[in-house]
Order: sequence, then structure tokens, then C-alpha cells
Amino acid sequence: MTTTATEEKKAPEQPKESFAQAFLHGLWAANTVTVTILAVVLALVIGGILIVVSDPDVMAKYGYFTARPGDALGSSWEVVGDAYASLFKGSVVDPAAVSAWISGEGGWERVFAPISETLTYTTPLVFTGLSVALAFRGGLFNIGAQGQAIVGVILAALAGFLIPLPPVVHLVVALLAGALGGAIWGFIPGFLKARTGAHEVINTIMLNYVALYFLTWIIVQKGVQNPDRTDAISKPVDSSAQLPRLLGDNLRVHAGIILAVLVTWGVAWLLNRSTLGFELRAVGNNPDASRTAGISVTATYVSVMVIAGALAGLGGANMVVGSTADALTPLVVAQIGFDGILVALLGRVKPWGVALAALLFGALRAGGNTMQSVSSISLELVTVLQALIVIFIAAPALVKAIFRLRAARAARLSTSLAKGW
Amino acid sequence: MEPGEIHALLGENGAGKSTLMNVLYGLLQPDEGEILVDDEPVQIRSPRDAINAGIGMVHQHFMLVPVFTVAENVMLGAEKVRGGIAGFLDHRRARREVEEVSTRYGLRVDPDAVVEDLPVGIQQRVEIVKALTREVDLLILDEPTAVLTPQETDELLAVMRSLKESGKSIVFITHKLGEVKAIADRITVIRRGRTVGTATPDASRDELAALMVGRSVSLTVTKLAKEPGPPMLQVEGLVVDDERGHQAVAGVDLEVRAGEVLGIAGVQGNGQTELVEAIMGLRPVLAGTVTLDGQRIEGWSAKKVLRAGVGYVPEDRSVDGLVKEFTVAENLVLDIYDRPPFGSRGVLKPDAIAASAKERIAQFDVRTSSHESAVSTLSGGNQQKVIVAREMSRPLKLFIAAQPTRGVDVGSIEFIHSRIVHERDVDTAVLLVSSELDEVIGLADRIAVMYRGRILAVVPPDTPREEIGLLMAGVVQEEG
Repeated sequence: MTTTATEEKKAPEQPKESFAQAFLHGLWAANTVTVTILAVVLALVIGGILIVVSDPDVMAKYGYFTARPGDALGSSWEVVGDAYASLFKGSVVDPAAVSAWISGEGGWERVFAPISETLTYTTPLVFTGLSVALAFRGGLFNIGAQGQAIVGVILAALAGFLIPLPPVVHLVVALLAGALGGAIWGFIPGFLKARTGAHEVINTIMLNYVALYFLTWIIVQKGVQNPDRTDAISKPVDSSAQLPRLLGDNLRVHAGIILAVLVTWGVAWLLNRSTLGFELRAVGNNPDASRTAGISVTATYVSVMVIAGALAGLGGANMVVGSTADALTPLVVAQIGFDGILVALLGRVKPWGVALAALLFGALRAGGNTMQSVSSISLELVTVLQALIVIFIAAPALVKAIFRLRAARAARLSTSLAKGW
Repeated sequence: MEPGEIHALLGENGAGKSTLMNVLYGLLQPDEGEILVDDEPVQIRSPRDAINAGIGMVHQHFMLVPVFTVAENVMLGAEKVRGGIAGFLDHRRARREVEEVSTRYGLRVDPDAVVEDLPVGIQQRVEIVKALTREVDLLILDEPTAVLTPQETDELLAVMRSLKESGKSIVFITHKLGEVKAIADRITVIRRGRTVGTATPDASRDELAALMVGRSVSLTVTKLAKEPGPPMLQVEGLVVDDERGHQAVAGVDLEVRAGEVLGIAGVQGNGQTELVEAIMGLRPVLAGTVTLDGQRIEGWSAKKVLRAGVGYVPEDRSVDGLVKEFTVAENLVLDIYDRPPFGSRGVLKPDAIAASAKERIAQFDVRTSSHESAVSTLSGGNQQKVIVAREMSRPLKLFIAAQPTRGVDVGSIEFIHSRIVHERDVDTAVLLVSSELDEVIGLADRIAVMYRGRILAVVPPDTPREEIGLLMAGVVQEEG
């Protein structure tokens, strides 16, 4: 109280800020958006250093740095600039393609190809990110999005090639099967937590292994494995169960991204406007008070994990009914479940934040492919960039210290992220 | 501050007492002004600076590691190492130091006891010993009696006197007038971040209270005589275990009638918590019956009990009463969020929630900047008012209040008491559990004294304090 009283007295003496000053002021305050952007910038800077260090030609020029520093610096700048330019060209837009389109030499498809790739990679991450974020808001750390996505992809694929159905119905059934698979895989740790108090982190990690080896087993079973192939791959999903492509057959972006946006909206609604969301947030923040107020904590844990599992399962389903693949392979879901954890943290466990974080990760992944093929920088650099971004996000104090941001909300964020443990 | 003086800092919650003391202890930095120690201005940037300047602090919430022993806790932050070799803790020296300090000031503590096994009063003593081993001259006690039983409070006051005799100065932060008058040499009253007056212990309670709150307050509850109605809550032969499986409630019979306040007096930890939680359906009933308005309710879920017309103010508001990260409005509907008008068929109605929140904030005088502020930004008294408002804003048959005014400022206590009496006057049965004997005597129509899981006696409120005090200590006088 003492401090507020003196602040009130001081306030009128300060000169009035212009709009630009106020804008800069607000920008430089350690708010969520600023910290996030700066984290990305920092990650790109460190990534740049890694690109230089890993390039033998450039490093050779550093050997005679004292004699001709311009050589080393110039080529460093060139190789880093080149890499990030192709990252941008592969994920957002390639200016050359735009000018080609305008001058009539190229088609519109090349202009939208990068965006299409970005959105294709974004789609499953939205689902798994929402899965982790929703569980987090309910006080549970869902490390099992990977396993839930795997069980989801299995059921979606089985429904996709075992049940003959008319087009639209078949797609809906396949997606629901995916959600159901994930829901079952989420129910198990939720139920165990509610009944026995068994920690969900351990159980979800273990169930990830169970799901993975179940996948590798089921692919090679009779009736599942593709009879024309000897390697571990299942029959393809019927075209009647495929999500429609949005920009013609040459671009991979499919209706899954629309579904992802709708589901994001749905999760936001669930959290903020439904009684279940109220229970979930109450239990996530204070299970004791929730219990005292008559909310069933155990029932809430189970519903949270079932919904989180269903979301991850939908993400898994996208991997076979979208354009990424059309058949089960041991690596069909890639790392979407684990990336979902990063996406959820980067998105500050808020639904629309998660969607944006998934978009960033999707862009990095899409751009990384171009970077690898054009600038011959390995795709792993993208993984390093993702990891660095998340490290800086998870440690807002670090970003604040580096950029000397005014203390504001960032400090609170770190505690909210750490609470799940 | 003079050496060998007990200076009481009196003020309502949120008046700035704790802020001021945190500045002294280096936890917060002053915007303006300076601190003088022995006439020298000092800059205190951290608790370490404060300790070097001879200032020690005992926080309201203890800063102890529960699984460490007393000696380990005392040396925490100033670990002694054997023979100057880093990494080798000198337990023996730490233990000796604890013993030395505890004999010198008459603070009995066992250096080898594990802190989490100790009662709250002793834990506080450990905090004091910890401060004293740092050789401080000025000791700040932040609301030290808020968590203590009457007996423990008396012991603490005795400790404070002996510290004063050995020349230590004490800043005693509190909002309890009785204690201030009993022990302080000088009293400074703070309101809204300013010193509003100084007083001597001769000042009357009403004068001090008026200074604190800024208006005159009535400390005694005005309550009209009232004929109680039919029995509303009947408990028979109730047996309940605590978390560790020990029998906490060992066959309790009691009856609360509509329109009466039954006060349960007793030193904390005699089964009151378990009794109330069992009635609320939060703890399994092992034997016996609970009847609410003719209906057996034992074994019901908490939700069902609440819906049957029971209002419940839990004793630990920050753990059981509120979701701190939630807004005031959300906390106000924490147990009715899914019923019309606040929610129906799984959908919340934010407009109805906000409208009713605004209404109740006004009605219950909750001091908050907005109904959308996080409840954790409110002072303790106002947080408690949020709970009381929530629990009283539906038709009630039974209102259970456990320690309703613990850690609550005078102004809010007055308000909460008047609301409890009002509930009684509209024929609600009220079960009041409090370890503050004054509160029980002031509010209750009948007083049940609980000791070791049993009700020893039910007495009228005009029973002499001493007699109730003896019952609380388990002494039953022979009839005759």
C-alpha cells in the first residue's frame, strides 16, 4: 500500500507520452508476445552461429581471419542469409515464384506451395498441441499425446481401409475412429490417476511405448499389411475416407487445417464457456477447493484425459486421411505427439496461442525441407531451432535479462509452466 | 524503536504493515525515504543485509523445510561446516547452538525433532530461535498469533516478555487488539499506507479499533434473544478418521436447531476439522448417522450436501475455499456454476455470473477493483468475504463456518459476525467452529466443547471463561 500511494503522487508529474513512445514502451515491456518474438530472434541468432560453425568452407576462411577478416565475415553472412532465405521461401512465399506468376511465366501454384506445405505440417500439431494444453489446464501433464496419436492413427486407418462406406460418411467415421482411439489411450492414465493416484506422467510415457509397438505389430498382420509389399506398410486408406485437398491436387494442403481451426475454437469455448471447462480449470488450479465446492476431481481428471486423448487421436488420424501419407508405417505419426508438448508450451497453453505456435513449427518444418534441398543445411537444424525457441520461452527470465526488458508478466509465466510437475 | 521495547504495529489487512516490514527485511525496495539503524541510514537490499544490520523476521507463513530437523532448519542459510571444510555439515555445533539459545531465552525446543511433526506453536518457536541464532537485536513478528491456540498465544507472549528483558526489541504486527494491549509498550496504527496514530496500551479497545478502521466499530456482537426452532442437524455416534488413519472423531452426538448458533469450542486438532468435513461429505463416515432436516445424509457427496441447502466456510480458505487464480466472479459461483442462472446444460452464462458477482460484491462489501480481478489480489479479509458471500447467497438450512475470521481484519470480522447472526435470525441452523474462544462466546447460543474427538459438555454462553477453558483442556468437573 505504501508503494502505490507514492506512485499515485508521482504519476501526474511525468510528461505525457506520445503514441509512438507508448507503443515502444508497451512493446518493450516483458509481455508474452514480446518475449515470444525475442525468443524466436535469439534462436535464429544461435542457429546462425551453428550454420557457420558446421560449414567447413566458411570455417576454413576463419583460419586466416586476422589476415583477411572480410572473407570470413562475408561468407558467414552469405551462408546464414542463404539458409534463412530458403527457410522463408520454403515456408511463406518465394518472391521469384511471385514475379514469375505476374509475368505469366509460372503458375499460381508455385506461389502458394510454401504456404500449403506450412499448413500441412501445422495441422496435426494443432491437435496434439491442444491435447497437451488442455490437459495442462486441468492440472495434468500429458506426455502421452504421442501414444494417443498412434492409437488414433491405427483406428483411423483401419476404419479407412476395412469398412467400405460412401465418401463423406467414410471420412467422418475414420476421423471419429481416430478420436476414439486417442480417447481410449487417454482414458487409461486418467482413470488410473483418478482411482489410484498413479502419476500420469509415468503412465503416459509407458503407454507411448505400448502404442508404438502395437503399431509395428499390427501393420504386419494379415488383412492389414499391404499384400503387394514386403516391408512394414499397411493397405492404403480408401479415397472415400480422405480429406479433400483445398488447392487442387498438386498442393498438399487439405481440409484438416479447417478442422484444426474449428477444433481450436471448440477447445477455447470448452475452456471458457462450458461448465466442464470451469471444472477443469478449477481442478487444475486448486483441486482441494474444487473438491470442497462439490466438484468431482476424479471425474474431471478422467474427462480431461479422455478429451485430450481424443484431440491427439484426431491429430494422428490426420496423418493418414490427410495428404501426408495414406497408409500405416512404423513412423507414420513422426514426432507430432512430442512436438505437441513444445507447441503447447510455446502457445502458453491457450488454445489460439497453441494454434499460432503450431503454425510457427509447421513453417519451420516446411522451410527446413527447402533449406535442406537448396542450401544443403541439414533438417536437424530446424529441430535445434525449435528446441532453442522453447528453451527461451520456458525461461522468460533469460530473455528478459538478455534484452533488459522491464519486469512485467513474464516472471509469472515461468511459474505457471512449471506447475504441472 | 528503543532497545528492549515491544512496539506493536496495528492495522487492518492490506493496510501496509507487512509491506513496511518486508521493506525493513530487504524483501522489497523502498521507492522513497530511508531506514535508520542506530541513527545511521542503512540500505537494505536483501534479507542478508537485514540480518547483518541486526534485523530478524518471523513470517506469517513459516519459512521452514518440513522434513528437516529443528537444528537443520536453524542452520539453513548459515550452514556450519566442520573444520572449515566445505560440504561437511557440523550438526553437533548447530544442535548446541539451538540448545544454547533455547535455554537462554526460555524457548523449549528439541533440536532433533523433525519440523513437520511439531505443532504450529512450536514451529513458530523454531522460527524465533532461527532468528535469534543470527544475533539480531530487532525481531519482527508478522502476525505471529494468527495460527496459534489461546494457550500457545499465552506462551508466545511470555517468550516475547523474556526477550524484551534481555534487551531485544520486537516489532509485533497484528490486528488483534487484546494481545496488543497485553504486551505492547507502544502502538503505531497504520491505515492505507499511512501512520494514522500512535497510542499507549492504556487506550481502550474501541479507540484502537476506530483508529484502525477509520470509523467506530462495534466489537461486541449485538444479538437478540431468539427461541430456536426444530432440530435441523442431528449427529449421532459419529466416528471419523484423520488422514493418518487415527480416530479423530470418537463418537460425537450433537444437535443444531433452526435459528440457533451452536459453537464448537476447542483447541485446534481435537477433531473439529474432521467432524465438519464428515458432515460435508468430504471425509468418510465410519460409524454413526448425520441427519439434515429429517434426511440421512452420511455418505452423500459434497455436491449433494451443498445442494441440500448447506453453506460451508472451510477453515483454510486459501487451500479449500478459493481458487486463487480465478477471478472474484468465478470464485463466487465455485459451487453453483452449473445451475441456473449461471449455467445450464453444460454451458456457462458469463453475463449472469458477472451480474450476480457485482451485486454480491456490493452486498457483502468486498473491496476489489473489479469482479474480474484475480481473487489472490484481495486481502485476507476480503477473500473471506467472497467465500461467505458465495455460501450465503442461496437459501440455507444449515450454515457451517469453520474458523470464519482467522487471519481476517477487524472491519471484516465485524461484518462476517453480523452476517452469521443474520443467518441465525432468518432461522438457519448455524454450526460455528472456532478456536477463538471470544468468538464462540460472542456468537453462540450454546457452546459444545470438543476434546480429543468427543464433545465433553454443552454449556450456555454465559458460562465463565475459565470453566470453558478448563473443559477445552480436557478437565471435566465432578457434578455435584
